[in-house]
Amino acid sequence: MMIEIKDLSVTFGSSTAVRNASFSVAEGESFGLVGESGSGKSTILRTIMGLNWNWSGTIRVADLDPARTPRKTLARVVQMVFQDPYASLHPRYVIGHQIAEPMVINAIPNVQRRTAELLDLIGLPADFQFRYPHELSGGQRQRVAIARALALSPRVLLLDEPTSALDVSIQAEILNLLNRLRRELNLTFVLVSHDLAVISYMCERLMVMRNAAPVETLTREQLRAGDVADGYSRQLLAAS
Amino acid sequence: MNLLNVENLHVAFRTEEGTFRDAVRGVSFSLGREKLGIVGESGSGKSLTGRSILGVLPPYARMSADRLEFDNIDLRDASPRLRRSLRGSRLGMILQDPKFSLNPVMRIGDQIVEAIRIGNRRMSGRDARRKALETLEAVHIREPERVARLYAHELSGGMGQRVMIGMMVVREPDLLVADEPTSALDVSVRTQVLSILDELVTRRGMGLIFISHDLNLVSKFCDRVIVMYAGRIVETLQADRLQEAQHPYTRGLLSCLPSINRSLEPLPVLQREASWAELGQ
Repeated sequence: MMIEIKDLSVTFGSSTAVRNASFSVAEGESFGLVGESGSGKSTILRTIMGLNWNWSGTIRVADLDPARTPRKTLARVVQMVFQDPYASLHPRYVIGHQIAEPMVINAIPNVQRRTAELLDLIGLPADFQFRYPHELSGGQRQRVAIARALALSPRVLLLDEPTSALDVSIQAEILNLLNRLRRELNLTFVLVSHDLAVISYMCERLMVMRNAAPVETLTREQLRAGDVADGYSRQLLAAS
Repeated sequence: MNLLNVENLHVAFRTEEGTFRDAVRGVSFSLGREKLGIVGESGSGKSLTGRSILGVLPPYARMSADRLEFDNIDLRDASPRLRRSLRGSRLGMILQDPKFSLNPVMRIGDQIVEAIRIGNRRMSGRDARRKALETLEAVHIREPERVARLYAHELSGGMGQRVMIGMMVVREPDLLVADEPTSALDVSVRTQVLSILDELVTRRGMGLIFISHDLNLVSKFCDRVIVMYAGRIVETLQADRLQEAQHPYTRGLLSCLPSINRSLEPLPVLQREASWAELGQ
């Protein structure tokens, strides 16, 4: 298993953001987390990335424990793409600099060539590396954020609502891009979304969450057949 | 008798070279007591169209129209004073994000009381207070007394949006412009918010302009849909006949949406054509 989560609970002060979540994701698989805002799905991703401290349970990503793994090592295995492409890029650095930065930190050789390759991979012309984020559209910025996440050749991408800030026409382009990258680079995805249609298109399996706790885990086939046991999942399905 | 008539509306912004560039180019439509949807991508001019009606464009925007009439009042040369008296009382607007639209340092109840008393200065404080609580109840907020004492940051997104709607509808406007009122909301809350809006239209005969990027939502909720692209209207449709859309842009938007049961083939991507943005088609 590429990712194994067992009995994960996350607390912020007195409130519990995630309660007893367990799931595993095989290598090359795409796993979806669905639920309403506040249901804890983004918190799970951030905890896997080592961005939260107050958690209990077991997390293994490629057999690494985020709590005991140096950040640089962890960053080479798992990377995250955030919801808002306007907020996740530095406004004063050119695109090329931002894609190269993780590689510079990790002392990877041939940074310039690799930056050009990454831009090509995500479908932007090479001269975009000299542009600033404000010169890019939302969809182009999200492509850049994906390129930066891929800079260290990670095996897992954690995608937190990667298209919900984008227009539907751009969403289609980004979803197609992510599917192509997963196939070509044999990536493992955990995708958070509030949109069941996106999850059904992108993920082989999914977990429905509500009020910080998992409700049920479904396969894509079950979702598509409407073979849903829990009342809340059915409600979500009916609303979308 | 139309509630609103818009003919040949233009909104322009100054470019770096000092010339003006139209962001809304010749938009014409009319509105009765119905739910009219305006859809389009970001930058298509849908929000600017809504803001032109309210008269809340940024001061550096240049607006012109052959006709911009609300209930026989010509809004083009209306004085700021008249404009202000219309806003809030007869024309209302709901914005996307309640976080930025509510006063952060004033309790929710006090904000609604303020809105009520601006409309009716003779109403006593106690009556206004009672009406504010009724308003919160009308937008399906449980424990209105408790919520009235909260500040904006203590509300969830869905509650904040319902408070906003409450504040806008307490004055019973004749026309409400709702700019992406549900895109920050979860599906279950969205259904509630839409039913509140629907009730206002059917029960009180309000006119509603519902601006959204979500074609499916608009087609389910509205009576008519205007599709905008690059500042102009490319197509107007009966909402229940959206699937019969003719324009390649509308068809492209419909086909690139994922759905629960669609095949796993790559999604069709919109191939934009320069002719869509041309005038006079």
